[in-house]
Amino acid sequence: MSAAVGTYCDRCGQADPADAAAHAGCRAARELEPPRYCTHCRRRMKVQVVPTGWTASCVEHGSLSS
Amino acid sequence: MPTSEVPVLDRARTRVLEEGLGLEEADILEVLRLPDEHIPAALQLAHEVRMRWCGPEVEVEGIVSLKTGGCPEDCHFCSQSGLFSSPVRSVWLDIPSLVKAAQQTAATGASEFCIVAAVRGPDAKLMQQMRDGVKAIKEAVDINVAASLGMLSQEQVDDLVDMGVHRYNHNLETCRSYFPNVVTTHSWEERWGTLKMVRDSGMEVCCGGIIGLGETLEQRAEFAAQLAELQPDEVPLNFLNPRPGTPLGDQPVMDPKDALRAIAAFRLALPRTILRYAGGREITLGDLGTREGLLGGINAVIVGNYLTTLGRPATSDLELLQELKMPVKALSATL
Ligand code: SF4
Ligand SMILES: [Zn+2]
Ligand SMILES: [Zn+2]
Repeated sequence: MSAAVGTYCDRCGQADPADAAAHAGCRAARELEPPRYCTHCRRRMKVQVVPTGWTASCVEHGSLSS
Repeated sequence: MPTSEVPVLDRARTRVLEEGLGLEEADILEVLRLPDEHIPAALQLAHEVRMRWCGPEVEVEGIVSLKTGGCPEDCHFCSQSGLFSSPVRSVWLDIPSLVKAAQQTAATGASEFCIVAAVRGPDAKLMQQMRDGVKAIKEAVDINVAASLGMLSQEQVDDLVDMGVHRYNHNLETCRSYFPNVVTTHSWEERWGTLKMVRDSGMEVCCGGIIGLGETLEQRAEFAAQLAELQPDEVPLNFLNPRPGTPLGDQPVMDPKDALRAIAAFRLALPRTILRYAGGREITLGDLGTREGLLGGINAVIVGNYLTTLGRPATSDLELLQELKMPVKALSATL
């Protein structure tokens, strides 16, 4: 697993996001969705979508944005 | 009068294109049932109707969620209901970020900015946020402010008018006969009641729904006819984007041909309304769908992202409008 992928899928929150077959649908969907789960701890993130982007934050692991 | 081999389109040409009247329910259903080979003719006629009764301008809008998630209602398609195990968490947008979103929307040339909250209806806190937010936007940006805050009391309707909200969105979502299959925590009639108050207040009425919730074609036609009875200033047309964790999460994305039939049918039912492409167009119709819709009766778009999902970049839509020689409706044309 590459370090960039993390431990959990940021769309479904399940493990092994590098398992391409299991998360192919998630990866396709993510083109039109912001992340929902923290890839480090699988907490649901607070996500704010605005017309031009999004921010997603985990209480433990900080914020991501588009 | 040109006649085709499709009698319902001939009837629509006379009634809708020439007389400006909406197609009746039985004929709306016929359009929804047209065989594949007649879809281009239906879209072409819908386009002519739109050009004749609305003109070439396209109304561009941005939307933003002021309060996301945690809604007490159970609309089965919605990732923002707090009653399902959806991954969407509750979050509030602060006023500076709201103003920034309005500025970014205005920078695309959009004339409309709609503030949305996932609630049954507004409470005092939300109304105060609206008061502060709309005031701050009006001080900073030239754009029409619309709102979508669920069911309203008469007092709240009056407050929104006072704030300068010019249009109110409240979707009926689907036809009256199918609504109880989709929502059980409130009724279609309650929604209709809010819409009547909004209409009487002088605010513009924006009311549409979602196609592909599992309704039959008869029910889809019923919905178009019920919208025509309401005569909203704007009808946003969404296509179901099945959201994980919701009761409709496993519903298939609708057939793109059925989506195109629906676009033509709704335009023929509502010749003079602003018919807006809203959520789900990307997943249902792909990149080409935007073009097909704009040449098939659609005359308004939401640009950029939606409330909890992402859209095409605004620039893709704006470039397409330029290519199609459809001017963006100017703010001055709406005041
Ligand atoms: S009322 Fe609105 S936000 Fe709440 S569940 Fe229904 S569609 Fe979603
Ligand atoms: Zn996944
Ligand atoms: Zn985390």
